Amino acid sequence: MSEPHQETPEELDRENARPVDQPAPTGGSASAPATRSVSGDDVLLEVDHVTLRFGGVVALNDVSFSLRKGEIFGLIGPNGAGKTTCFNAMTGVYRPTEGAIRFQGESIVGKKKHQITRGGIARTFQNVRLFPEMTALENVMVGADAHHKTSVISALFRLPRFWREEKSGRARSLELLRFVGIVHRAGDVSRNLSYGEQRRLEIARALATNPTLLCLDEPAAGFNPAEKEDLLQLIRRIRDTGVTVLLIEHDMRLVMGVTDRIVVLEFGKKIAEGTPAEVRDNPAVIAAYLGVPTDAA
Amino acid sequence: MSEKASFRTSGGVRGWFGRQPWYVRAVLILFFTVLAYLLPYAGDVPLLGPQIITEGIDWPSALFNMSYYVLLALGLNVVVGYAGLLDLGYVGFFAVGAYGTALLTSPDSVIYADTGWKWLMAVPAALVLTMLAGVILGWPTLRLRGDYLAIVTLGFAEIIRIVATSTTTLRGDRGFASIPHPPGSWNGEPIFGVTDAIPYFWLGLTVIILVILGVRNLDRSRVGRSWLAIREDEEAAEVMGVRTFKYKLWAFAIGAFIGGLGGVLFAGEQSFINSQTFVLQFSILVLAGVVMGGSGNMAGAILGGVLISYIPDRLRGLSFGDTDLYEYRFAIFGAAIILIMVLRPQGLIPSRRRAMELKDREKEVAPL
Repeated sequence: MSEPHQETPEELDRENARPVDQPAPTGGSASAPATRSVSGDDVLLEVDHVTLRFGGVVALNDVSFSLRKGEIFGLIGPNGAGKTTCFNAMTGVYRPTEGAIRFQGESIVGKKKHQITRGGIARTFQNVRLFPEMTALENVMVGADAHHKTSVISALFRLPRFWREEKSGRARSLELLRFVGIVHRAGDVSRNLSYGEQRRLEIARALATNPTLLCLDEPAAGFNPAEKEDLLQLIRRIRDTGVTVLLIEHDMRLVMGVTDRIVVLEFGKKIAEGTPAEVRDNPAVIAAYLGVPTDAA
Repeated sequence: MSEKASFRTSGGVRGWFGRQPWYVRAVLILFFTVLAYLLPYAGDVPLLGPQIITEGIDWPSALFNMSYYVLLALGLNVVVGYAGLLDLGYVGFFAVGAYGTALLTSPDSVIYADTGWKWLMAVPAALVLTMLAGVILGWPTLRLRGDYLAIVTLGFAEIIRIVATSTTTLRGDRGFASIPHPPGSWNGEPIFGVTDAIPYFWLGLTVIILVILGVRNLDRSRVGRSWLAIREDEEAAEVMGVRTFKYKLWAFAIGAFIGGLGGVLFAGEQSFINSQTFVLQFSILVLAGVVMGGSGNMAGAILGGVLISYIPDRLRGLSFGDTDLYEYRFAIFGAAIILIMVLRPQGLIPSRRRAMELKDREKEVAPL
C-alpha cells in the first residue's frame, strides 16, 4: 500500500501557475483546498452549493467542491451520507433542487443522461449493471457507440461509415478489454463472467464512451484485498491515460491509497476536504467516520 | 477464444450451421430460398405434397396469406422482440398501409379524381404514411413502459378501426373496391391477375427476403445493440450514451413500415378492403405468432407467422368422426398455442438471449 502523498511538487506548480490577474493564494499550500480556485483552468467539474431534497428529506445540503483535471478524487462518507445521491446528481440521474453543477464550465443540470455521457462524464454502478445477455465485447461496443455517427440508414444499407465505425469501435473495445485485463473473455456473455470480471467490464464499458471524467461508484465492493490492490493499479493506470477519476468508496484504505484529494460527506453535508493526510487528521472526520467502527477492513 | 469462435461452438442446428464454411452456408441458403419459391407447387410432390396442402382451398392464396402474416410477424418482432416494447395494436399499421393504398388508388376514394394512382405509385406514399403513423403513435407514448404502452397501443388500433368504420371518407363496411393490382404483364397477360395467386406469393416472398436482409443488417449494428441494451437495462443504456427514445421510436417506425408493407400487399391482392378486415384479434394473433415462434429471433417470427396462418387453414375439410374440425379451428388453434407455450415457453425457435432473460426472470420470481 503506497503512502498517500502530501503535496507533490506538481500540485505546488499548479498553484503557482495561476493566471496573474487572479489573487495569489495566501498562506501555504495546505490552505489551498479552502481557497478553492473556482475560475482556474484546471477545474473540470464544479459542484456549486448543491442542495437536493426528496420531499422533506434533505439528501444533500449545500455541498460544494470541485474536481481538478487529471486527479483522482475521493468522495467518502458513512453509509447514507449522500455519496451516491451526489454522484447521481453529477451524472444527470437527479436534478439538484438548488445550486449548479458545471462540467468544463458548462452547466449539466437538466441535461439528458446520454448527453452528459457524450459530453465526457462516464460512470459505473454500485450494483453492477451490465447488459447480461450481451457478450463482453458487445457491452463495451455499446459504450463506444456513444460517439459513433452511424445512422439507421447507413446501418441498413451498410454504407462506408458503418464499416469504418464498426471496425474502429470493435478495435477500441478490444483494446479496452485488454486494458482492464479481461480480453480473453471478449466473446463470453457477460452474465457468465466472474464478479470481478464484471466490475472490470463495467469500467471498460464506461471508458469506451471516451470520458474526460470517470466516476466509479464503490468499485471495490465485495473485493478481496488482492483484487482491491489490482483495482488500485487499474485506477492509477486510468488516471495516467489522462482521465480524471472520481471515486466513491467506503473502504478507507483504498481511498487513502489512491486519491489525490478527498471530500467527506456526512448527513448530506460536506464536513471536510483535502488531501488524504489532511482528511485523516481532521477531528470532524474522525468523529463522524473513522472514530466509529465501520465495515471498512 | 475469439468472439467468433464462441458463437460457433454452440450446439443444435444453428450451431452446426454457424460452423460451416461460408460456401456451404451460401449453398444451403440458396437451396432453401429456391425451395420457398417452389412452395406453390408443393401439391405436385408425390406422397408428401397432399399432406402439406389443404384440400379444397386455393393453396397459392393460402401461401400468400402466410406471406403477409410472416411480414407482420417480422415487423412486430422488431418492436416486441428486439426493442422489448409490447405493442398490442400492431394491426393499426397494417390498416394504415392498406387504407393508404386504397385511398390513393380506389375509384371509391374521394381523392381518386385527383390521384387515380396505380398501385406501385401508391406504395411509397402509403409506406411513408404508416411510418408517420408509427412516429405519431410513438412520440407521446414511448415514455410509457410495459403494460401502459401495451394499453395505449391497443387503443391506437381500436381508434384506427373505429375511425375507418365511422367516417364517410373511409367508407366503413362498404369499403374500397377495385384497388388496382401490382403492375406488369407477361405475354400480353397481366402477371398479377385475379385467378392466379402464385405471383402474389412470389412478390410477398421477395418482400420478406428484403425485409429479412434489412432487419438483419440493423440487428448487427449499433442499432441492434442499442435495442438490446434498452431491452436489458434501459437506464444503464441511457447512462452509456444510448439515445433510448430515438431508438425506441425507430423500432416503432421500422415495425410500422414492415406492417404497412403487409397492408399494401394485402390491398393489392384482395383489391377490396373494409373496416371489418382490421379487427383487434388480428393484432393478438400476430403477437401470439411472434411469441409462439420465438420472440427476438427472425426465424422464430417467420415460423410463428406461418403457423398462425397455416394451422386454421389446414383444419379445413378435416373431420374427426362426424365433427368437422374446421368449425373448431380456433379451439384447436388455441390448444396448440397453449401446448407450445407450456412445452417451450421461449418459443419454438427461441432467441438465445431472450431465453436467458426469461430464465433470469423466473429466478427472480422463485429464487432457488
